[in-house]
Amino acid sequence: MSARGRRLGRNALRSCALACYALATAACTGSQSILNPAGPNAGNVSRLWWLMFYVCAAVFLLVIAFLAAALARARRRRNQLPDAPDTEPDARRERRMRGVVTGAVVATVIILFVFLVASFTTSRSLYALSDPNNLRIKVNGQQWWWQVEYENDVASQTFKTANEIHLPVGQTVTLRLTSSDVIHSFWVPNLGGKRDLIPGHETTMWLRADRAGTYRGQCAEYCGLQHAHMAFVVVAEPVEQFSAWMEAQRRPAAPPANAEQQRGQQVFLASPCVMCHTIRGTDASASVAPDLTHLASRQTIAAGMLPNTRGHLGGWVSNSQELKPGNRMPPNPLAPADLQALLSYLESLK
Amino acid sequence: MMIAAVCGVGLALCLIAACKREERGLRVDPPSAARVNSKTLSELRPGNVQPVSAPNEFEQNAFAMNEGKRLYEWYNCVGCHAHGGGGMGPPLMDAKWIYGGAPEQIFATIVEGRPNGMPSFRGKIPDYQVWQLSAYVRSMSGQVSKDASPSRDDDMNVRKPEQSTEQQEPRGTGGVPKSAERPQ
Repeated sequence: MSARGRRLGRNALRSCALACYALATAACTGSQSILNPAGPNAGNVSRLWWLMFYVCAAVFLLVIAFLAAALARARRRRNQLPDAPDTEPDARRERRMRGVVTGAVVATVIILFVFLVASFTTSRSLYALSDPNNLRIKVNGQQWWWQVEYENDVASQTFKTANEIHLPVGQTVTLRLTSSDVIHSFWVPNLGGKRDLIPGHETTMWLRADRAGTYRGQCAEYCGLQHAHMAFVVVAEPVEQFSAWMEAQRRPAAPPANAEQQRGQQVFLASPCVMCHTIRGTDASASVAPDLTHLASRQTIAAGMLPNTRGHLGGWVSNSQELKPGNRMPPNPLAPADLQALLSYLESLK
Repeated sequence: MMIAAVCGVGLALCLIAACKREERGLRVDPPSAARVNSKTLSELRPGNVQPVSAPNEFEQNAFAMNEGKRLYEWYNCVGCHAHGGGGMGPPLMDAKWIYGGAPEQIFATIVEGRPNGMPSFRGKIPDYQVWQLSAYVRSMSGQVSKDASPSRDDDMNVRKPEQSTEQQEPRGTGGVPKSAERPQ
């Protein structure tokens, strides 16, 4: 190999190692990673993962070591092999072989049994947070966004939002999951395992975030064209902050503060928007698309796909089919002045 | 050899033509809405010039008609017309049309509204969706080709069909209360 070739090889090796390191560390600190648990459920799942990882890694290394030893021994003995085939089994060797195979089988069975017990106890622990006094949140998966409803025994205290779930740190919440079209799956890797959302059937899961932060959730069951863009944000925040957020969300939308917002509201109510969306406090009260009452308080639009900025919102309203082909929102060719007024109004919905 | 080639080309053409049925027009170029602007609510008109009925391309497309079916629920057509059987509004799955059953007449009915209850959806539903709805409405009375019209309901059946319902013994209206039972 030339010096240049060696240098190239070394560089490639170094880049590979760097990439692996970057990947590994990204996985450990990410906001969508099972390796960075922020709650008891995810903690139990990640403990199970590390147990399986270390045991399997040890078994793998052991197998490779035995294989290497066998190869080395065969190479050493190649010249000593007799020409005639070995028809008379060597009793001593047979006994040793039997011992090795029995040992390996017993070790395998024991390891699998340990995994079985660990997996069983982990599954049980995922149900341990169940409590009728938990805060209840109903999540309805739809192609391709999440409707989130904070339930309350007092009907006027319930409210709906979309693609963003806020949780009080240290408190367990009960999530009631269902779907109105096809099967979806709710997955926030930092907080817990997956649970399917099944049309016409309700599934339940319990979550607790012990660490404040923003975590990303994702639909984990293929559900159609825009499955990959069906994400959401989970914001875990201290209890006082959470209560303030909940109070704000319960209020109807603020009335337009100036003439432009006033015009924006009129555009909203006179255009196709009103056929699908709700803005509490106005006449818009259709329920097949995300509730926009507090749209401006959310971090993302289009189910976690785009940051919630005026530019993205404008593009989305005008022609969402170019941004997320197949989604249920029709294009809205508004006059520029109307569009700007509408955006000002939507941005005022804090 | 020649015959085989012709057959092959013919088959390929058939396959390509069939693809249109499943085409998903996410960026649709719908029939223009302009041509219905001259539609009137009345069938009475001077002279004997008959209206020209233009075909609605969406009636060849399974995806578009299925979208029409979804929108029929979303925009609450079911609220008055139910799933075709009618209620507050007239039924849509029979052969009777008060304001005409041609695609552009249905378009006009949705966009303009009709007296005694049918609201005008002008400005509220984009034109291409009105065409999708119109195609679906016509499929309810079997007026579009069967190979493109929706083949099943998305709604769940709340009970089994009568054929597979198990026999239930009639048990009276309320049953006998415990206190009224004869002592054994």
